Amino acid sequence: MKRSSVWAWITIIVGAAYFFLPLIATLEFSLRMRRGEYSLDAYRIVFGDERFQATFGYSVMIAIFTIILGVLIVVPTAYWIRLRMPWIRPVVEFITLLPLIIPAIVIVFGYIRMYGSNSPLPFLGSARGTDLLLTIGYATLALPYMYRAVDTGLRTIDVRTLTEAAQILGAGWTTIIARIILPNVLIAVLSGAFLTFAIVIGEFTMASLLNRPAFGPYLQNIGANRAYEPAALAVIAFAITWGCMSVIQVLSRFAPKSANRPN
Amino acid sequence: MSNLTASADVIKVAQPKARSRRLPTHWLGVAPFFIFALMFLILPTLYLVVGAFQNNAGEWTLENIANLFQPSILAAYWVSIRISLASAVLGALVGLAIAIAIVRGGLPGWVRSATLTFSGVASNFAGVPLAFAFLATLGRLGLVTVLLREVGVNIYALGFNILSFWGLTLTYLFFQIPLMVVIITPAIDGLKKEWGEAAATLGATTTQYWRMVVIPVLWPSLLGTVILLFANAFGAIATAYALTGSSLNIVPILLYAQIRGDVLHNPHLGYALAFGMIVVTGLANVFYIWFRTRSERWLK
Repeated sequence: MKRSSVWAWITIIVGAAYFFLPLIATLEFSLRMRRGEYSLDAYRIVFGDERFQATFGYSVMIAIFTIILGVLIVVPTAYWIRLRMPWIRPVVEFITLLPLIIPAIVIVFGYIRMYGSNSPLPFLGSARGTDLLLTIGYATLALPYMYRAVDTGLRTIDVRTLTEAAQILGAGWTTIIARIILPNVLIAVLSGAFLTFAIVIGEFTMASLLNRPAFGPYLQNIGANRAYEPAALAVIAFAITWGCMSVIQVLSRFAPKSANRPN
Repeated sequence: MSNLTASADVIKVAQPKARSRRLPTHWLGVAPFFIFALMFLILPTLYLVVGAFQNNAGEWTLENIANLFQPSILAAYWVSIRISLASAVLGALVGLAIAIAIVRGGLPGWVRSATLTFSGVASNFAGVPLAFAFLATLGRLGLVTVLLREVGVNIYALGFNILSFWGLTLTYLFFQIPLMVVIITPAIDGLKKEWGEAAATLGATTTQYWRMVVIPVLWPSLLGTVILLFANAFGAIATAYALTGSSLNIVPILLYAQIRGDVLHNPHLGYALAFGMIVVTGLANVFYIWFRTRSERWLK
């Protein structure tokens, strides 16, 4: 037993070295901008850069709209399937898994060919339309995570009874979904939302191929042209990912664990 | 009272009629989802797949698929598959070792929760920033490179390069290992204590217990996860692009260049390239689902 514990410690320490060295190295590199001493110059330059503010703001906006679009599509669907059409669930689950099978670059390639300015649905004809298409693309990428999060949340509440109770009190479908179901699965939805945010904020492929001024292409551009700023940006990006995951973990503590109804 | 039963009867009689009239409206509830999936997931993909089997004149042909087998494209697929496979297998082995260490190694509880939390973060830390982190670590001026040079080991003189096959594989491991830990830890948790006790009662040694009980039970979910990691690396582009520019000839980067500027001088060959990617990741996922359903039988 003692021997296995020694091996476990060695494994963990070697693993920790592999994971912490790049983080330490990146942090150290980002502080080295001023010759001979550590400084926050790289961060000052990054935060002061207009393009950083513009692209980051743009990506945050797109992320928020992605989350809204994702919730609008996923919550009613997952709810309706639990309530009325459980037999169709395997089909829907398969479709929500497709974005893991079809690489993002292939999906966006399809968009570019299908929704060009000469097509019946010319999303790419205008900047707003392209923004919309980018949001849609991100909602597609987030679909597997969002659907699973919401479906797990729905499992912990008694959808049927809640619906019937609301109907007896005269609620319509919109009211039921917005004021009964959504608040009950809010924690699950928020988990999905923060995961979506972490995925979307630095996404490169779709934004770059749709030519939108997002944070991912900006990162790539800085990486190709600067020395110390990329390291600072990597530290910032890691902090954002860390923040999103921490929020999800804190949220999971508030989530109801037991199912009221066998599923 | 009789009134009540009468009205109940009326409801009973009226119900089938109402239900048959309401049947199509069921679909309204899931219609937005299906329309969305069709328009923005399935049709765009089908468009490329169909295009892969057509020529510029719109006639059906297998020429594009045949053209995929030219040396430069084949080489791109080959490098992609090798990097994905290497990072998937190594990631799975190291991830498994870490998962076993935190579940079975008798370590304090905080090690387990810290490892799982960190794995959640690191498995989502990919793309362009990951490339920056590894450039700062193992690039020509990276911390580890410089430190090793000071103790007399010049890794670049020894043939290492971050912009190479092993450099990219090492970088991909940063999200592959944690993903493995996140997926496989529940499976190891699912190994029942009774199996170990039963094996011990029958006189099995620890090695025998691992070889004849643990590994066969974990095998399907292990293989399945390797395949998931493979697909994960195969479709990734941002890290590789930020790390190597277009100097490394892998399929996603080739496709990226094709979308940007038709470097293959044949749009339909581009469709075929995309189709090839779907075939590889699609096959990988078919195997994954197959292995997962096999493993679920044991790990309930």
